[in-house]
Amino acid sequence: MIANYGYADGSGEYFITIDTDRCDGCGECVKVCPRGLFEVAPDDYDNLVARVKDEFVKKVSYICPGYHRCSSQGADCHSACAREAIAHTW
Amino acid sequence: MRTAGIDVGSLTGKALILEDNRILSWSLVSTGPDSAETAKEATDIALQKANMTLDKLDYIVSTGYGRVVVPFAHRNITEISCHAKGANWFFPAARTILDMGGQDCKAIRCDGTGKVVNFAMNDKCAAGAGRSMEVMADLLHISLADMGGLSLQMVNGEVPVSSTCVVFAKSEVLAHLRQGTPRNDILAGLCAALATRVYGLLKRVGIEPEFVISGGIGKNIGVVTRVEQKVGLKANICFEPQIVGALGGALFAREMLEKQKKRSAAAA
Amino acid sequence: MATVGVDAGSLTTKVVVMEDSRVLSRSLVHSSVAGAASQGIQEALKACGLSLEGVKAIVATGIGKKEVAEARDTATEIVCDARGALHLVPSAQTVIDIGAENSRVIRCDATGKVVEFVLNDKCAAGTGVFLDAMAKALRVPVSEMGELSLKSTQDVNITAMCVVFAESEVVSQIHRRLPKEDILNGIHKSIATRLYGMVNRVGVNKDVVVVGGLARNIGVVRCLEGLVGVDVVVPENPEFVGAVGAALIAAERS
Repeated sequence: MIANYGYADGSGEYFITIDTDRCDGCGECVKVCPRGLFEVAPDDYDNLVARVKDEFVKKVSYICPGYHRCSSQGADCHSACAREAIAHTW
Repeated sequence: MRTAGIDVGSLTGKALILEDNRILSWSLVSTGPDSAETAKEATDIALQKANMTLDKLDYIVSTGYGRVVVPFAHRNITEISCHAKGANWFFPAARTILDMGGQDCKAIRCDGTGKVVNFAMNDKCAAGAGRSMEVMADLLHISLADMGGLSLQMVNGEVPVSSTCVVFAKSEVLAHLRQGTPRNDILAGLCAALATRVYGLLKRVGIEPEFVISGGIGKNIGVVTRVEQKVGLKANICFEPQIVGALGGALFAREMLEKQKKRSAAAA
Repeated sequence: MATVGVDAGSLTTKVVVMEDSRVLSRSLVHSSVAGAASQGIQEALKACGLSLEGVKAIVATGIGKKEVAEARDTATEIVCDARGALHLVPSAQTVIDIGAENSRVIRCDATGKVVEFVLNDKCAAGTGVFLDAMAKALRVPVSEMGELSLKSTQDVNITAMCVVFAESEVVSQIHRRLPKEDILNGIHKSIATRLYGMVNRVGVNKDVVVVGGLARNIGVVRCLEGLVGVDVVVPENPEFVGAVGAALIAAERS
């Protein structure tokens, strides 16, 4: 499943995409994210996968500065994910 | 086997009772301040209609915004998964589902079994949800139910209204009214603006036929027609588009029960 | 010789008259008034005893900058904000402007050159419109919101970011009889979160300056300080900063 967490509002499209078929629930993204956006939890089909915490879905663009800013500081969820399951639209 | 799905949305609560593969009854109530109360009210009405009591239900799944506060549910499942499953029951060929309620909009792509393949949801911005229509109905002093039909009876044609923010669109609408733009032309612009937003979300998950629309917006012919034009597909809409999530819940409940039975049979 | 800066905003039009980097006078007119800019220029000039003939140059900025007939020249809001803020607060490098219908965050280098900026004029969250709507719902005058919110003793969260959704959330909190000051604090936190997201996008260089009409709301400013983690500076008359920038640019260009 491709899970798009986020929204489009007047200012743009802000989605963090997790490919749950690739994700093995290792939790590296949970550890690396400086804002604590991620958690690993069972989905509706009982697979243990990463997801964006419910409380952040409505404000991802305010909490997460975007992939590029994190990666320029040397620790980001894309590189932390060995299975390349995470993507950002901004 | 009797199962129930309870969909506690932000504006309405829905309950549906399923006996094997037959819908016994369903209910639709507006959400009160207490979600647990709403869930109970909706369930009681559905039970009454089916001439049943709660203890006769073998498994209950709750879904929707208030799904975690339904004390008598055995499990809660996200509304994304429930809508996919419910739409698949009504229309087995369904691959792309648009569900839009007052508070949110979901674009879902699913496989032939009703399992979600790709989804995107927007519950952050009112301009991308049914709520924008309610705000405008208030502003234009017409009923929500009439908006869609009137928007198709244009006088001079659709006037552009921005789709980005309800607050800013309100000022645009007021300016149009001051200039004497016919109300139906403004309505057409509003429906088109919402259709544009919805189409953006659908494109994100990918569009494949068959196309299904569920949720309250399925009752607004003005928005439905314009979404169909953009998507290039006719939308399948069931007899009551607001119960698709609750039906999905009841179907999940049936699956859970079957799994349990298999497990206990294997143990025995 | 004097120069004039006009900031034709979506809600109000601000005019300042400057000479030798000093503000001689200022005026503020509601933008919905016909000929708001002309009226504003007249008022400001009158206040310092000048006439149009005594003005070297007029530069306009703001959303309505092209409609200011008296201005020979225009400048972008970004450039004017940065220029005005740096003039009033020389140590400033990050400028947060919270206006009636838009907000922007600008990061400059040590020389005052704009390095990066982000603006929002497409979504009412994080702008004055949001605060206005909430003030109406709570029946508190906008000018009193800030002070009142500082009396808050309990955390109230507004989870909705959208003005429309937040309005219903606030109404339900009023119905639950939560104290006004706590709700107000929640509202200010919400706006600040929105702005902080923009600050995050461009990064922070010290000092941080908050300008625009909403900078007068001490509640928003405090919440922003808490999130950004540094003290922020609010110049006097923060809504005039863009107009000051325009007047300074007028002096440089002529």
